[in-house]
Amino acid sequence: MSILIDQSTKVICQGFTGSQGTLHSEQSIAYGTKMVGGITPGKGGQEHLGLPVFDTVREAVETTGAEASVIYVPAPFAKDGMLEAAAAGIKLIVCITEGVPTLDMLVVKASLDAQGVRLIGPNCPGVITPGECKIGIMPGDIHLPGKVGIVSRSGTLTYEAVKQTTDLGFGQSSCVGIGGDPIPGSNFIDILGMFEDDPQTEAIVMVGEIGGTAEEEAAEFIQSNISKPVVGYIAGVTAPPGKRMGHAGAIIAGGKGTAEEKFASLQAAGVSTVESLADIGKTLQELTGW
Amino acid sequence: MNLHEYQAKQLFAEYGLPVSQGVAVDTAEEAVAAAKEIGGDKWVIKAQVHAGGRGKAGGVKLVSSDDEIREFADRFVGTNLVTFQTDEKGQPVSKIYVETCTDIERELYLGAVIDRSTQRVTFMASTEGGVEIEKVAEETPEKILRATIDPMTGASSYQGRDIAFQLGLKGKQVNQFANVFMRLARLFDERDIALIEINPLVVTTDGDIHCLDAKLSIDSNALYRQKHIGEMRDHSQEDERENQASEFNLNYVALEGNIGCMVNGAGLAMGTMDLVKLHGGQPANFLDVGGGANKEAVSEAFKIILSDEGVKAVLINIFGGIVRCDIIAEGIIGAVKDVGVSVPVVVRFEGNNAALGVKTLAESDVDIIAATSLTDAVEQVVKAAGGE
Repeated sequence: MSILIDQSTKVICQGFTGSQGTLHSEQSIAYGTKMVGGITPGKGGQEHLGLPVFDTVREAVETTGAEASVIYVPAPFAKDGMLEAAAAGIKLIVCITEGVPTLDMLVVKASLDAQGVRLIGPNCPGVITPGECKIGIMPGDIHLPGKVGIVSRSGTLTYEAVKQTTDLGFGQSSCVGIGGDPIPGSNFIDILGMFEDDPQTEAIVMVGEIGGTAEEEAAEFIQSNISKPVVGYIAGVTAPPGKRMGHAGAIIAGGKGTAEEKFASLQAAGVSTVESLADIGKTLQELTGW
Repeated sequence: MNLHEYQAKQLFAEYGLPVSQGVAVDTAEEAVAAAKEIGGDKWVIKAQVHAGGRGKAGGVKLVSSDDEIREFADRFVGTNLVTFQTDEKGQPVSKIYVETCTDIERELYLGAVIDRSTQRVTFMASTEGGVEIEKVAEETPEKILRATIDPMTGASSYQGRDIAFQLGLKGKQVNQFANVFMRLARLFDERDIALIEINPLVVTTDGDIHCLDAKLSIDSNALYRQKHIGEMRDHSQEDERENQASEFNLNYVALEGNIGCMVNGAGLAMGTMDLVKLHGGQPANFLDVGGGANKEAVSEAFKIILSDEGVKAVLINIFGGIVRCDIIAEGIIGAVKDVGVSVPVVVRFEGNNAALGVKTLAESDVDIIAATSLTDAVEQVVKAAGGE
């Protein structure tokens, strides 16, 4: 078991023949992901990376039975891409694209919620179930099939948590990068609930950062809904207020969204928090007794 | 991206919102001419900076003679205005705004933001105009009235009327307020706004609703389709090094410490700063070199970090996901030679080709400390910077 994706998940790629789509689809295929095709409007009928290219997502879904789509199209076209995937019957959309306008995301999120479509991202590394399926830009070789579920707002911080849990031999059930934007398709709560229900996941690592209140909401959710051990880390203790720290969503606004508040909420909910990002694996080991 | 008050009011006027007649000028003589053009015998004159608290800092003044106008302009144009929202240097004043004077009966607050929790555009109104909304929210949250906009339907007039009645507005003011609400909602949607604040929104002595102040922020991710607004950008109000960094697709934020940081990924860059602090050092900056870091990006990153004279050592923390550490290593060696780095540089590589990256650094003739782990890297750089 795992969450969101496994070895049988059929995946298509929007923006397939572009440079990003090509590079990362190649790596996903090499990892063993069941890629079944891609979409580039106007290039339908061609073949790319040994897979069929379609003009529309609808055609791709009808022909291949794809259930998941990964989006690499540039930011101005991301809204259109996500809406097209949902309309075509895709149930899991993973949008890697960075820089999608926030107002586009308000519409996309409302529409996808109404259609019951799950969106991961945008501005995220993607989702991986180690040894089975890799959808996104994360380096496959640092992962190990195992028992830790990882959810994070940051790409490279996810890799740190993955590396540490791999080095200690725990491995990961699934890793989900929910992305650094202010309006993410999925939030901590969505993914934490899935990890709770997944028998393969024995413990959870949650990596948050400054900005917004997603970590505080997650803390409340953990207190009443999560029975598995959780290790929490928040980046941005040293971030000055009012400055956007790289991610569109990483900003302390009006004195709200500080790392201190988030750490305190997680601790109050019984989460084992770590001050040093180098201690995530070690703390997990102490907490679980593995 | 933030706009000046005079620019926000231009946009307000385009959307038919009630704003005062005003002219933005660069000099004292232009200010006097502007007052004459506007007419009347009293004007409000305001220093244009990207910061609140201008009134308390003396940057807003009621004037009634040419001499007073000249005096204000001479005092502020070309200087920096320091308010409780700026740093100690303040923000440079290059323009002042001359406006008709409005006689006020009542001050209200009206603003709109994107609420991340509900994932909706949310309007907030309050009878406590002229006061900081954060303070109202903290001390008397019941005094903040809200309207949430459904992204599928857009705003509706009843939402504006509902707030108007709760604010105690009467007669023609109710429809005037609902109009202001609907026009602001359209402006928010069509111009990719991130924040609107009208503090205060006033009822004039004639009983009309009027936007006395205007603050607008635009979603920077949407500037590709808001070119007209992009042209209003005033770089003088922003940090020079942050601007320089953004030209090379680097994210840089200056801090107070002495350890320069160069990291790939925004989350890891924050985490690295926190780790420096945790080990007794002080980070000098946040810098995300991005996923596709190459030699040019690393060179530029070095130049920006080292332009801060307080930097005593540099920590480079790279987790190679897409990027290969050996390529970054070559970039670092080239950059150290090109830029002439004279402070100690500690490098930590992890992930894609990390071992080869360390070997490349070791075999080069530049003096770089290759760390064995993240904690080791941070300890070494704190030591190299002289500790605290």
